[in-house]
Amino acid sequence: MNRLATNLPGLQLKNPVMPASGCFGFGREFSGMYDLNKLGAIMIKATTPKPRFGNPTPRVAETSAGMLNAIGLQNPGLSKVMEDELGFLDKYDVPIIANIAGSLVEDYKEVAREISKARNVKALELNISCPNVKEGGIAFGTDPQTAKSVTRAVKEVSQVPVYVKLSPNVTNITEIAKAVEDGGADGLTMINTLLGMRLDIKTGKPVIANGTGGLSGPAIKPVAIRMIHEVSQRVSIPIIGMGGIASAEDVIEFFYAGASAVAVGTANFVDPFVCPKIIEELPLLLEKLGYGHIAECTGRSWKKNAQTAYHRA
Amino acid sequence: MIKNENMRVISQRKIAKTIYELTLEGELVSEMHQPGQFVHVKAGSGFDPLLRRPISISSIMAEEKQFKMIYRAEGRGTQLLSQKNNGESVDVLGPLGNGFPVEAAYGNGGRVLLVGGGIGVPPLFELSKRLSAKGCSVIHVLGFQSKDNVFYEEEFSRLGETYVVTADGSYGGAGFVTDMIKRLEEDFPVIYACGPTLMLRALEAEYGHKKLYLSLEERMGCGIGACFACVCHSAADPDGHSYKKVCSDGPVFRAGEVIL
Ligand SMILES: Cc1cc2nc3c(=O)[nH]c(=O)nc-3n(C[C@H](O)[C@H](O)[C@H](O)COP(=O)(O)OP(=O)(O)OC[C@H]3O[C@@H](n4cnc5c(N)ncnc54)[C@H](O)[C@@H]3O)c2cc1C
Ligand SMILES: Cc1cc2nc3c(=O)[nH]c(=O)nc-3n(C[C@H](O)[C@H](O)[C@H](O)COP(=O)(O)O)c2cc1C
Ligand code: FES
Repeated sequence: MNRLATNLPGLQLKNPVMPASGCFGFGREFSGMYDLNKLGAIMIKATTPKPRFGNPTPRVAETSAGMLNAIGLQNPGLSKVMEDELGFLDKYDVPIIANIAGSLVEDYKEVAREISKARNVKALELNISCPNVKEGGIAFGTDPQTAKSVTRAVKEVSQVPVYVKLSPNVTNITEIAKAVEDGGADGLTMINTLLGMRLDIKTGKPVIANGTGGLSGPAIKPVAIRMIHEVSQRVSIPIIGMGGIASAEDVIEFFYAGASAVAVGTANFVDPFVCPKIIEELPLLLEKLGYGHIAECTGRSWKKNAQTAYHRA
Repeated sequence: MIKNENMRVISQRKIAKTIYELTLEGELVSEMHQPGQFVHVKAGSGFDPLLRRPISISSIMAEEKQFKMIYRAEGRGTQLLSQKNNGESVDVLGPLGNGFPVEAAYGNGGRVLLVGGGIGVPPLFELSKRLSAKGCSVIHVLGFQSKDNVFYEEEFSRLGETYVVTADGSYGGAGFVTDMIKRLEEDFPVIYACGPTLMLRALEAEYGHKKLYLSLEERMGCGIGACFACVCHSAADPDGHSYKKVCSDGPVFRAGEVIL
């Protein structure tokens, strides 16, 4: 029995586990370590119309059970990504979710229009939540009206379903989620990183050259769980959950909160084999918990009629 | 190929103030072919500290399936690492990056100069071993903060002439490695160096026209080229968007290849 096969808008997944955008490059590095066909999908690094160098270094800093990053959306630009990177990934039987970013609505539209034509791109992830760039990014993701209109603009030009990536750096995330649902989003991905800062004890200055950075890793997991728990009860589109996932148990917790699939980010840096390990462990854990299929876990934390697995058995 | 292995601690030795030499054993050693490569080490179990620490391979003993690293126990991760005892295991990912091109030294005549500063000294040891084994005549200039921090002087001396300088003058020559190199008054066609960025810049300014190879240091996330944490600008395009990743294109670059 396949306990993991998952269908979401545009995505027929062998399993609901995929590497998160920016934590897996375009897959090349990991392809030398394991067979990428094991993955449910791959969320590739944010792509912008033109190449971007990103921020000065240091770009990362360690924190308690987490890290800050301010990469600044470095990427080789739309045409190189389409030719070189998507071309490379085409030899794998894995759906690609293309993370798209820009400074202007026009940028998002341009990337969406082109990249959604690629054969292996099965969905877009609209990054309106990057905290590390001056223009665009998070500015689109913190105001409901703006979020809705950029979603609508991208929906108009995209050939594939559009998932909108939400920022946790807002007071009322449900408001944004509902706005992008109104704008036509096919799904949500959440959460992006939390804006943070670390200061050097000797110099008194920020450790990261950009000053602030986005916090990720196990430290943010409770925040992600809370937000998914809240949003999943108020929208009717599926959620791909992320934020500190490092084990099969974490995945189940995200499903309980309301996710229908998950992405693994920072944990890939700690253990490059973490995704295939989780995928291997999940069926055993589901078996142990008494679930026939992982979808039964979605929203258990709030669904009224959800019996515990043990009741049913 | 990059592998991940829990390697066995064969020995852990304090060799200078806060400096440790750690010998590990495992299959991963059979993948180590080039001096100047590094490993990414998980110092503790669990999430704190979360990230791996990049540490150079300082000596490869292929037959014994062992290698050594030399590191300064300073922050949380390296301090935890220094508490590992014989028989315990250490989670190692590697070997990573592109090391020193040993062949570059062949057939240039003259002696090969190896310049190290502080915790940049360790990878030069395997390099020197290999150059010596190929019959190259090697000379070492090693810089340290002060007398307490000096390590491996004897080990390097066995492979070739070795000059130690300390910044505070408490041992060997006083001053910087560049002062010592000038005092040698010798023309070195091939130079390899690893150390603080300021040292590498000084070397590049003075000897950039030679065959000079520099090993860079940068904060890392993944260590394998996937996260774009460790990039530097290509020298050919200083303000543009072309770049090199220190972890996977480097850490060793020919002088003039990237902006230091
Ligand atoms: C390619 C390469 C090879 C290296 N080889 C050696 C070696 O052979 N021996 C040695 O003693 N040191 C070496 N270093 C430096 C070593 O990585 C740092 O000293 C170490 O990561 C510090 O960790 P910590 O736990 O002591 O400090 P913490 O302060 O706990 O570190 C916090 C974070 O900052 C990072 N960090 C701190 N200092 C540095 C630094 N100088 N370079 C890169 N990241 C840093 C850590 O990796 C960690 O992610 C090397 C660095 C690189 C990039
Ligand atoms: C180094 C790094 C780079 C990232 N780059 C991107 C990116 O390009 N686009 C994006 O939408 N999210 C990016 N993220 C955010 C992650 O995709 C993810 O949402 C976040 O890190 C939380 O998950 P985690 O705790 O598992 O890492 C990045 C995160 C990290 C750590
Ligand atoms: S450390 Fe991730 S790309 Fe170099």
